[in-house]
Amino acid sequence: MSDETAVAETEDAEVVLVDEARDALLAELTTELADGFVESHLQAGDDLWVRVHRDAWVDAASTLMHMGFSYFSFLSAIDWLPSPYGRDMTSQVDLTLDPPDDDAEPEQMESGVAGGDTRFQMFARVNDVATGRAVTIKADLPDDDLSVGTWIPVYPGANWHEREVAEMYGITIVGHPNPRKLYLPGDFQGHPMRKDYALLARRIKPWPGIVDVEPMPGDEEDGSES
Amino acid sequence: MTAISETEQLRYISQQAADARVNVEIETEGMTLNLGPQHPATHGTLRIVAKLDGEQVVAAEPIMGYMHRGYEKLAEVRTYPQVTTLINRIDWVGSFANETSFILAAEKLMEVEAPPRAQYIRTILHEMSRIANVILGIGDMGVQVGAVTPIFFAFRDREYVLNQIEAVTGGRFHPNFDRIGGLKDDLPAGWVQNTKNSMDKIRGFCDQIEELMYGNEIFQARTRGIGIIPPEIGLSYGVSGVNIRASGVDWDARRDNMPHGLSYDKVDWKVWTHPDGDSYARMWCRLQEVREGTYIIDKLLDDLPSGPVMAKVPRIIKVPAGEAYVETENPLGVMGYYVVSKGDLNPFRVKIRSASFNNVAIAPWLLKGVYVPDIITILGSLYFVLGDIDR
Repeated sequence: MSDETAVAETEDAEVVLVDEARDALLAELTTELADGFVESHLQAGDDLWVRVHRDAWVDAASTLMHMGFSYFSFLSAIDWLPSPYGRDMTSQVDLTLDPPDDDAEPEQMESGVAGGDTRFQMFARVNDVATGRAVTIKADLPDDDLSVGTWIPVYPGANWHEREVAEMYGITIVGHPNPRKLYLPGDFQGHPMRKDYALLARRIKPWPGIVDVEPMPGDEEDGSES
Repeated sequence: MTAISETEQLRYISQQAADARVNVEIETEGMTLNLGPQHPATHGTLRIVAKLDGEQVVAAEPIMGYMHRGYEKLAEVRTYPQVTTLINRIDWVGSFANETSFILAAEKLMEVEAPPRAQYIRTILHEMSRIANVILGIGDMGVQVGAVTPIFFAFRDREYVLNQIEAVTGGRFHPNFDRIGGLKDDLPAGWVQNTKNSMDKIRGFCDQIEELMYGNEIFQARTRGIGIIPPEIGLSYGVSGVNIRASGVDWDARRDNMPHGLSYDKVDWKVWTHPDGDSYARMWCRLQEVREGTYIIDKLLDDLPSGPVMAKVPRIIKVPAGEAYVETENPLGVMGYYVVSKGDLNPFRVKIRSASFNNVAIAPWLLKGVYVPDIITILGSLYFVLGDIDR
């Protein structure tokens, strides 16, 4: 799941054209970012991901801005830790009657497209409205130093997004002019979007399982499943 | 051209006035004005703390979170079909439009494509929720400038659309109708003709409101040259939808970035822009979008293909591992879902990029230096829904 493995779904000429544009964009980004560039993922005719070093996070923003990506879409973070509670959700049995096995092997942490080595990853998306290009930028945060520079000088719209990331993931945004909580009350403890922050409603009353799946129109009644 | 140069003149005057305000020799003691959380201009519970110098705003800071429901966290503990029930409630006046982009993101990961008929009906319902949402915003703008009649017209005529949405989905505000791979049901009998009739009614509303409100001298005086968003500033704040098109940026996710699974490319339609970027331009573009939406719906209804409305999908939906970002042009602006899947029944991470959150992020910049009554019209013309900010 890495590098410019342009998957061949080239049925019409238009798709190929878009890919050329993304290839060119990727090449340009690789040279512009130089040492900051880590890894990339290109889905042909679809989307482009670029992972940069944490230290190049702010430079990446200004580079993109200079390349014409003037529209700021969003900025957020991902916690790649497999949720210690998350297996409940894939269960198809009633957990209250049939409690899960405590000795089950812990899940391995695995990152998504464009890779990743650490638990927390920043990601943001910017668009170039003139040409319709868009790119998702990612950056790993080292586990012992959850901090990253602010995008506000380049994209002022990042302000609230960074405040949200700070309170939800406990990531320090270096240089943020107003690092107060955005949504949560001022005295709130913990970082709710982290995977190890339990969703209490689900702890108290476990998910009943798959019982409420309604049959789809055209679904055969013989229970043919995936 | 006269209209543009007139506005440029107004912009020049307001810039001069802003400079004069900065260099003003009289200094009054600052005052803090707390607007909301229950002010009608805030469409919910947005609170704005404005520091005033006389009648002018020195700094304004929106404070939200009064309605934060944590949908990103809740989505992680629900199966994909269950998530639509939640996200219906993000922008509650344009509810079907919320579902579209999430379903499309899931379909993209699963590599499922809805049948053509489902794509058409999806697009029609998407546009209908735009109409239902935006005409309420237009009527509400009337209230902000002191005209109460438009909101009653808006509520009256919105029913024509809501009735049609209800006839298909069974819900007026929370349809929960979009499914991965298609739609829950087909259209009821007689729906196509009824919808065409109600589109006529909506066009009547547009004509009526255009004369009643947009031609009104007071309305123009309160909105022209007020709250100008320059295109580059708006883009860097992530302002999208009508609000950025009213600043002359010809960019519409329906035309330029249409995800697979919708049918906007099947009909001819026009993206409306306005060069001014002021409150009036935003409201004007909204009105044109409603009218254009009725034509889009009419044309789609004419070409409606026959066939099934549901593709073959597994009964228990497991989405393959991967990441996808799909954005659609929603009533309030560009709404996107960044879905991270690990191959389970539930998404691993859902980042909801809601339109109003970015649209309102520009408010501190936009409100600097304006007069107190203009706070109301600027917020009204940005048109946001609180659920879309707080999520």
